[in-house]
Amino acid sequence: MLSVNEIWKSFGGLTALRNISFDVKQGDIKALIGPNGAGKTTLLNIVSGIHRPDKGEVKFLGERIVHLSPAKIAQKGVSRTFQHVELFGNMTVIENVMVGRYAKTKAGFFSSGLRLPSIVKEEREVQRKSEEILEYVNLVHRKDEIASNLPIGEQRILEIARALATDPQLVLLDEPAAGLNIKETRELGEIIRKIRGELKITIVLVEHDMDLVMKISDSITVLNFGEVIAEGTPLEVQKNPEVIVAYLGEEEELQTGYNADT
Amino acid sequence: MKKEDLSAFIVFIFLIILFPVFSGGAYTLTVGIFSGINALVAIGLCILMGYAGQVSLGQAGFYGIGAYVSSVLSLHLGLPIVVSLILAMVAAAVAAMILAVPALRLKGHYLAVATLGFGEIINVILNEWGPGGPSGFGDIPHFGLAGYTIDSTTGYFYLTWGLVAAVMFFSINLINSRTGRALRAVHDSEAACNAMGLNVVALKIKVFILSAAYAALAGSLYAHYVTFISPGSFSLFYSILVLTMVIVGGITNLWGAIIGAVVITVLPELLRRFEELDVLVYGLILTSSLMFFRKGLVPILIEKIKKLRGFAVAKR
Amino acid sequence: MLTVFLQFLFSGLTVGAVYALVGIGFNITYNATSIINLAQGEFVVIGGLMMWFFSESLKLPFFLSVVLTIITAGIVGLLMERLTIKPLKNPDLLLMIMITIAVSIVLRGILMFFFGKDPYVYPSFTEGEPLSIYGAIIQQQTLWVIGITGFCIILLFFFFKKTIIGKAMLACAVNPTAAKLVGINVSRMVMLSFVLSAIVGAIGGMAITPISLMEYDKGPMLAVKGFCAAIMGGLGSNRGAVLGGFIIGILESMTAGYVHSGLKDAVALIILLMILFYKPAGLFVSKAMLQLRKF
Repeated sequence: MLSVNEIWKSFGGLTALRNISFDVKQGDIKALIGPNGAGKTTLLNIVSGIHRPDKGEVKFLGERIVHLSPAKIAQKGVSRTFQHVELFGNMTVIENVMVGRYAKTKAGFFSSGLRLPSIVKEEREVQRKSEEILEYVNLVHRKDEIASNLPIGEQRILEIARALATDPQLVLLDEPAAGLNIKETRELGEIIRKIRGELKITIVLVEHDMDLVMKISDSITVLNFGEVIAEGTPLEVQKNPEVIVAYLGEEEELQTGYNADT
Repeated sequence: MKKEDLSAFIVFIFLIILFPVFSGGAYTLTVGIFSGINALVAIGLCILMGYAGQVSLGQAGFYGIGAYVSSVLSLHLGLPIVVSLILAMVAAAVAAMILAVPALRLKGHYLAVATLGFGEIINVILNEWGPGGPSGFGDIPHFGLAGYTIDSTTGYFYLTWGLVAAVMFFSINLINSRTGRALRAVHDSEAACNAMGLNVVALKIKVFILSAAYAALAGSLYAHYVTFISPGSFSLFYSILVLTMVIVGGITNLWGAIIGAVVITVLPELLRRFEELDVLVYGLILTSSLMFFRKGLVPILIEKIKKLRGFAVAKR
Repeated sequence: MLTVFLQFLFSGLTVGAVYALVGIGFNITYNATSIINLAQGEFVVIGGLMMWFFSESLKLPFFLSVVLTIITAGIVGLLMERLTIKPLKNPDLLLMIMITIAVSIVLRGILMFFFGKDPYVYPSFTEGEPLSIYGAIIQQQTLWVIGITGFCIILLFFFFKKTIIGKAMLACAVNPTAAKLVGINVSRMVMLSFVLSAIVGAIGGMAITPISLMEYDKGPMLAVKGFCAAIMGGLGSNRGAVLGGFIIGILESMTAGYVHSGLKDAVALIILLMILFYKPAGLFVSKAMLQLRKF
């Protein structure tokens, strides 16, 4: 459903991605892993349209999307979360989700101002749908709280809920478990699996927490210094000698280093 | 409307109806009319700054377009005033669109200076080509509606504040709608808005146009009330005055725009004796509210009330 | 024909020099703090009016008046930074813009209170016959304006390139945290940038007043034109600001001379809007530099 073909990207003189290609199958959970600075977030930013690659193609459901704006790509059914949580911090939890419904609703400038009956109906529908989504991710009890007051674990889940509100076919998750404790990470894993299983939404995930990645993903692509060094199922990747040298061999060290940062 | 907004709105309507009854005199009513006219401009700027996060130093330009277009059309072409007023709003909206499409790609400082430049250009144009040049022109017809001329002060008070109420109704609904939510969201995270498939620039342009239309409405009301206008009333100083109103009242609350407009309009009347100090007084008010009451009067008041209420509940 | 053209050219260069100084003033604060100080125009007015006050009203000697005017402007810049910019905690861009506007109004209010609404003028720095080139008259003061501008530019160039303090100020803009780590007192550098930009503006005001008079509300227009000069050459570049200032000054005086005097302000404003819309990075700035910008 998503195919990334021969992507190159450099910033200034630094090449962040060289010749990256991979495919994501419909209904899969795909993980992108690799040491810090391997280019994972850059890749997500290219897929979601924030960065433009120097060379290469991104196709979503067979359609070229690499030249589209982030908003257009989102409208096509690709939603995402962010490594540094990007919630609408001054708004309530449910309002955050309601913004997610924006592209799926029609109310115009004038009819909104005049509050025509059709608007009232649509607004009620958005409210209902948003509560439903919050219920789905177990956040409904928090719906009237200000988003930035939530603990980080719930903020990350709220970001996912907001992404779901756009009725996406593909969700990109950028380090959803960063800063989460073990219990929160487990709940997060359950939610991700539930989204894929029940809502049939395809997921691409960038993550450092190897337990989570190995447990939930169907397929893993390993990046190192901007290049793909391995690809396959969790089991295959774990056994790949190159990966062990480049990444898993240093896992302990990387993990602690990472946690100290956050 | 939300419950608090609805009750505030009802109180607001009552105040409008009762004010002329208890105001005791044409002078108070006149100040009231100017407060209402300024409130219209301030509401527009409040949506633009508080909700779309954009600053405009050119509202006087749209206010001037409103006044001049409406006056010229009614005086020289003999159009009915309601028609002139609507055309004036359309003219300002078109000007805003021409300015906004390139300008709203700009950020912060650049947009501030671009709007300032726009306002000054309008002022130069009015000075050079406006009827009467720098000294302006008079004999602008009084406001009339369906053959009935509104020339009494009380009548004009109700007209002005009736329009403020209508604009307020429209604006409150707008910011509580999908559009308003999206605008508040842009304030917090533009990146996330994009990921929600929201066309941020288009929304900002629409709000900018709306604020220009409000300013033009106010300009037209002003012209048909004072019946004499000159470019001096539409200078940079007016833009800054409106900015002060919005900041003093609180940019995150539309009621703040109205309160701010009333306070800043009434203030010079109270300070009549210190006429040569008015620029300094406005400057000091603006500076101190930015530094010490950044949230503005209305949001601070709401917080205080909530706290008091919370305290009362806790005591019980 | 040539005479008239030259006459317009010289008057363009004269006002252009002042726009260049205002533009440089913008650059100094922008380079050290990433703030656009919209009160920049008021510094010019302070220069002109205070010089009048010291030299005409108090009848102090010329050099003393110049020194006192510079000191006054420096103090105003210092107070502005210490009283309004420094106390702000985590200000956002919108607030930063508005606070400098607010300060500009306070300054204008103070100037109006003390000087009223009348324009002020004092004699040229030197008396003597004007020069004549192909029949075009050049006032001696014109030479002063251009000379002083050139002197300021050279001085600032050496300050930023050769002195430790100048380099430290630039470092603060590029990365305040790193600057702090290597022992630069960032807060003092920010303060210094306001003082310096106020002095540069005031020098422009002192020099131009004998030619074009000075009144309390000239600030905003000077600021807009100076800003226009600054962004023309790319915000932050002093060489660009000088070039931009002269271009605007010349276009303005040509319009006033050949088209219509009332339109001279419109010219600068239209150039401003065009640059903002189509080349906001400036006419002579590379893309790579652009990516390093904060705003």
